[in-house]
Amino acid sequence: MQTLDQLNPGEYAVIDSIENKQVEQRLNEMGCVCGEKVCVKKIAPFGDPFSINVCGFELCLRKNEAACVRVKSIQMNGN
Amino acid sequence: MNKKLNIALMGNPNSGKSTLFNSITGLNQKVANFAGVTVEKKSGKRIFNSTDITVIDLPGCYSLFPSSIDEKIAVDIVSNKSNKNYPDKIIVVIDACNLKKHLFLVTQLIDLEIPIIIALNMLDLAKQQNILLDTTKIEKKLGVPVVEINAKKNKGITELLQKTIDTNVNKNHTCFTKSDYDITYNKLVKCLNDSSNNLNINSSRAKATETVRRQKFISSVLDSFYKNKPTNIYSFSDKIDNILTHKVWGYVIFGIIMFAVFQSIYSLAEYPMQWIESIFQITSNYLQNILPENSFSNLLINGVLAGLEGVVIFIPQIAFLFAFISLLEDTGYMARVSFIMDKLMRRFGLNGKSIVPLISGIACAIPAIMSARTIKSDKERLITILVTPFMSCAARLPVYALIISLIIPQSAKLWIFNVQGFALFFLYFLGLFAALSTAFILKLLLKTPSKSLFLMELPSYKIPNWKSISLTIYEKSKSFVLDAGKIIIAISIILWALSSYGPKEKMNSIENSYTQKINANQDKQESLLSEMNSKKLEASYAGIIGKSVEPIIKPLGFDWKMGIALITSFAAREVFVGTMATIYSVPDSNNNQTLRQKMASQTTPSGEKQYSLAVGFSLMIFYAFAMQCMSTLAIVYQETKSWTWPIAQFLFMGTVAYLASFITYSILS
Repeated sequence: MQTLDQLNPGEYAVIDSIENKQVEQRLNEMGCVCGEKVCVKKIAPFGDPFSINVCGFELCLRKNEAACVRVKSIQMNGN
Repeated sequence: MNKKLNIALMGNPNSGKSTLFNSITGLNQKVANFAGVTVEKKSGKRIFNSTDITVIDLPGCYSLFPSSIDEKIAVDIVSNKSNKNYPDKIIVVIDACNLKKHLFLVTQLIDLEIPIIIALNMLDLAKQQNILLDTTKIEKKLGVPVVEINAKKNKGITELLQKTIDTNVNKNHTCFTKSDYDITYNKLVKCLNDSSNNLNINSSRAKATETVRRQKFISSVLDSFYKNKPTNIYSFSDKIDNILTHKVWGYVIFGIIMFAVFQSIYSLAEYPMQWIESIFQITSNYLQNILPENSFSNLLINGVLAGLEGVVIFIPQIAFLFAFISLLEDTGYMARVSFIMDKLMRRFGLNGKSIVPLISGIACAIPAIMSARTIKSDKERLITILVTPFMSCAARLPVYALIISLIIPQSAKLWIFNVQGFALFFLYFLGLFAALSTAFILKLLLKTPSKSLFLMELPSYKIPNWKSISLTIYEKSKSFVLDAGKIIIAISIILWALSSYGPKEKMNSIENSYTQKINANQDKQESLLSEMNSKKLEASYAGIIGKSVEPIIKPLGFDWKMGIALITSFAAREVFVGTMATIYSVPDSNNNQTLRQKMASQTTPSGEKQYSLAVGFSLMIFYAFAMQCMSTLAIVYQETKSWTWPIAQFLFMGTVAYLASFITYSILS
């Protein structure tokens, strides 16, 4: 299984589980729960932090935080 | 008698909460601190349908589980009935584009049993993104009134207030039944409030369980709100971001924007500053003509009026600075800067979010240090707090502005740019450089383990709200005039007294000897009079104090008059100009000159210009580095809860300032 930080900009995935309790709590509060679709929007210069699109808003998280999020990659067409 | 109603305004960050607050209260607002803490408390009043409404704008938060001091305060106010600010009703502002995220807080608030009203904001943006909502369904599902508003365009405000007054639902629950609620939520809030920041495992598990349960509830009801399924579209913001967060252009554009800001502060503020200067000159001449010459009129003109000028003259520059800073924040650009800077800032032990305190530090270190609260890592937050005062604040601007105008001619141009503007940019750059180098040293020295979360929302770009920006400018200028102004005027008056009076015998003997000389040489009366006055200043109490520090500051190129200014500047830097105005206006027979002209005409005993390039730069560099602000020290103490940090900061910055000034003076002279 992949983690969020392994995705390239433009790739979609579904959140499977979140390893870090602190990250999980914050993400859950923002509506980012398991099963939610995410898309990597852009990666800052020098490869860190990541900006993802989830639940219709854009969220920045550092590479090590993104590495806590296990995802299943999915193919998206037409969007 | 009008009815009284206390309303708390809540919502996620970027929900348009502050805009709504401004729409409701207008100019009728005040900014204070919550008792005991330095979190800014914005409250305002509005009379509506014979009800006196008091609105408190609470810090933005994502949930009632606080993860920062700001959020903790908001949570305490709405969950603790004995809190002094406990509201009668809550208006919660939500963004129609992001219901899923915003509804979490809403469901928690509903379970608090305070009547709540939902203000549904940004429907126009939602429509653009093809999100169509059924407001009545939201009302039905959640059981609380929903009002469609447009905070920016001032729409729906009266309806919102009317419904707020009317609503009285307070026994409503979302996914928790009453019995459920008593064991989970009440317990949780108690636990969070009691154990301060140290959450034990049980409460964190309870938090997680509740969060998941609420999210399930939200998902189950959310689908019914939409008239059509929202689709993700490649938005306008993304196109802008492609450039503004680009690995090259992102940084280039940031540099250009900052440079443009300083150029314009200098060139735009010049005109209103000249008007203010001439108004004060006319007033002082007028008063001189109509008032009899005695110590009262002397105090009024040379003490109070000179001090007042030192305050008012900087309003244009401060206003421009805050206009630019709030413009960058409001449009959403500042978050992009945090995004592209995070990796770089981390090398210096800082955080992408440190950009906001550092840049706000250009305005004033006090709110800047307070804004470091959004940084969740303790170490990164501490380093940010410690280095922010190196950023050149607005209080240094008067000092720079005055001295630059003395040592660099206004007409000097480098290509099409003003050299004065360049010098100013250089000084600001120097502050940033000092801040980053110090941060790097601190990163190596401080051994606290840091567990930090970055997690920051990137809001979509917005057209700035001019009303909010003008309110910020008004608010900041007012607090500068009132807060800083009080200190400046008080110090001006003390200084006037210290420089007008001295040991009696010495003062009298100077006066007597010059009276004889003047009587003997009537034609040289004017030059003798000014010579007498400068001798008197030297003999005054202020002169004595200045002279006593002269040996220490001589290697930096400063004389005893600047010594007086340096000492008084420890109250606040901006006092420098007022001090100079007072010192140079006391012993002067020629009151038609402005302060700039007076200082420019000062000469050393050897006949050279007193404010040479070397002295000017040495002085500015001292001000760039030294910690000369009592209020900042006090804030650092409050934020770090220890005297170690402010004292260390004071000593370190002082040493750097002294050495840097010494080197500058030695090289340039």
